[in-house]
Amino acid sequence: MTDLVWLIPLFPLIGFFINGLFGRSFPEKLIGWIGAGAIGASFVVAALIFVELIGLEPGSRSVQKVVYTWMLSGDLNVPIGFLVDPLSMVMLLVVSGVGCIIHIYSIGYMHGELGFRRYFCYLNLFVFAMLILVSANNFLLMFVGWEGVGLCSYLLIGYYYEKKSASDAGKKAFVVNRVGDFGFLLGMFLIFVTFGTLTFTDVFAAAPQKLTQGGELVTLITLLLFVGATGKSAQIPLYTWLPDAMEGPTPVSALIHAATMVTAGVYMVARLSLLFAMAPISMTVVAVIGGATAFYAATIGITQYDIKRVLAYSTISQLGYMFMACGVGAFASGIFHLMTHAFFKALLFMGAGSVMHALSGELDMRRMGGLRKELPRTYWTYLAGTIAIAGIFPFAGFFSKDEILFYAFERHAAFWIIGAVAALMTSFYMFRSVYMTFWGAPRLTPEAAHHLHESPPIMTAPLMVLAVLSLVGGFVGIPIFEGLNKFGDFLAPVFAPAQAILKGGHADAHHSWVPEAILMVTSLAIAIVGLLLARWMYLKKPDVPDRVIDEFKGLHTLVYNKYWIDELYDFLFVNSIVNFSRFLWKRFDELVIDGIVNGVASITLAWGRGLRLVQTGLVKDYALSILFGIVAVIGYLVLR
Amino acid sequence: MLEHYLFLSAALFTLGVVGVMIRRNLIVVLMCLEMMLNAVNLSFIAFARQLGSVEGQIIVLFTMVVAACEVAVGLAIAVAVFRTRGTINVNDVNLLKW
Repeated sequence: MTDLVWLIPLFPLIGFFINGLFGRSFPEKLIGWIGAGAIGASFVVAALIFVELIGLEPGSRSVQKVVYTWMLSGDLNVPIGFLVDPLSMVMLLVVSGVGCIIHIYSIGYMHGELGFRRYFCYLNLFVFAMLILVSANNFLLMFVGWEGVGLCSYLLIGYYYEKKSASDAGKKAFVVNRVGDFGFLLGMFLIFVTFGTLTFTDVFAAAPQKLTQGGELVTLITLLLFVGATGKSAQIPLYTWLPDAMEGPTPVSALIHAATMVTAGVYMVARLSLLFAMAPISMTVVAVIGGATAFYAATIGITQYDIKRVLAYSTISQLGYMFMACGVGAFASGIFHLMTHAFFKALLFMGAGSVMHALSGELDMRRMGGLRKELPRTYWTYLAGTIAIAGIFPFAGFFSKDEILFYAFERHAAFWIIGAVAALMTSFYMFRSVYMTFWGAPRLTPEAAHHLHESPPIMTAPLMVLAVLSLVGGFVGIPIFEGLNKFGDFLAPVFAPAQAILKGGHADAHHSWVPEAILMVTSLAIAIVGLLLARWMYLKKPDVPDRVIDEFKGLHTLVYNKYWIDELYDFLFVNSIVNFSRFLWKRFDELVIDGIVNGVASITLAWGRGLRLVQTGLVKDYALSILFGIVAVIGYLVLR
Repeated sequence: MLEHYLFLSAALFTLGVVGVMIRRNLIVVLMCLEMMLNAVNLSFIAFARQLGSVEGQIIVLFTMVVAACEVAVGLAIAVAVFRTRGTINVNDVNLLKW
């Protein structure tokens, strides 16, 4: 079955071509189900391969399947090859599984949209690229997927291209991602120069000989690759595109900008765990950037009123958690959080989409409220997602976030404090969104209130599936009890080489369960404090938030405007580039290039103007000129 | 002997050129062209005779065919010009100019 791994990315590609080439006359339902069915087929294949992989010995759960030699030139040998191991398996299952659910939801959400077929084509193409990214066995094929998801992200953010803000957001996402991709490319080149190969397994096998532990080369490689990860996964300093990406349709935000694409950076760091483990400086950088992003984005999330923006900053913050986990060496925990986050963040986004659907596109939480009676299914599922992300037992986020916090604490207490404060804020702003949206007095606009309706079953059923996953998804990785952390044990072989380096050859010192239990209780308490604080501020005393804002007016303005980072970037980078481009346009292009082209044309014109006077229309003049010509030629021949 | 033929040929050719340059009647211009062709023919024949080669004579036959064609086309143009413009004065036929 593992030989058929190439089928997994193939199905979405087929779906893309069927809908793209022949879908013009298809009815909406057919297009939607072709799109969803293609992803579903991928999921089935992935699940079958997973079952087979489980049956293998833990040590031999890494299979490569080369389908085709793509490039063969000198040392460069790039196959179209796939690597099936626990890490890529988890990613394949998450991408195809969550992707399929979101496709089904989209059939309901996008109903009646003008570009329905275009939407499903792009979405299938995206899943194809994402599956290539996570299953590739070499850097270049991974980069193909990496760029492919970037392209689809651009196309889908700008889906409502008639809207200026949407097309601008698409461009911004693309350009910011290019900055990161540049780092990825440089890192990849450096790897090829060093190792002479781009295949993961060959690189990992040669790494101990070609690189020195903590050497400059490996540090440079990993830092450059991490630049790529910060672009794709929206970390400081390249995170600014993600909040704007919310201009796309909501299922796109759920699939691309929450569940799958933005986690590509985390996947890449985890995939290259061996290289990162060899570069302690890079590990520290990853952990610090991750922790800082987790904290920073959470502060912005508290102040936003746009429900999708709250979720966007929450995503950035949670991605920061995952990077912090990778940076402290807990790669498996990072991937665990990646998976649970995919469940509950997709759920939250689609819940927000369901609310928007019910309120005719309203996004501002100040014009919501009291919706839990009208939208019971949306409410309960959204609540499940909120509890999961806040990290309240027994929902999925509790297990994954707690694991990260535990490893952060083991590394350094400062990481734990940052993580814990961010967890408090996460719990606060998520319950804030619940209370502002579903509780309290309705503050709807009259038109929205008039059309208020619960979403159709095709939208609520995916929500329920994800709500169940958010509830039970954490139980695959129960901490403390030996042998119950199935998820961590499953991934362990992938990260074993990296862990061996990080542990410094010492045997895995078995830690006592007491501090872990204390930390668990603490983080649970933190989450509940956030819940109660939000309940008190937004339900019991609705005037408190305004008073707090008045009290800290300067701070609130600063945070509400996202620390003016967008403006700062505009000032520092965008404007200078725009001005330089304008200079090239006005001065160089219009004056120099156009000057040369137009100059040639006008010189030709002037000559033509002068020479046409020779055309007198009199035959004898022509005869005379022929005569002169002959005399000249003969004279030359004679006198030569 | 050759010089005499060549001098005659050159004189005929020059007369033809001058005629083409200064005469205005299209028919006369065509006749002058014919004269130039025949001047050339004469020198070909003279060389052929001098060198004892047949090639000059063959080329003359070709030239006569081409000249016949040229006259046919030229006279046809002259008739067409006369019909449309009522004159065959080449100085009056000067529409194709700047």
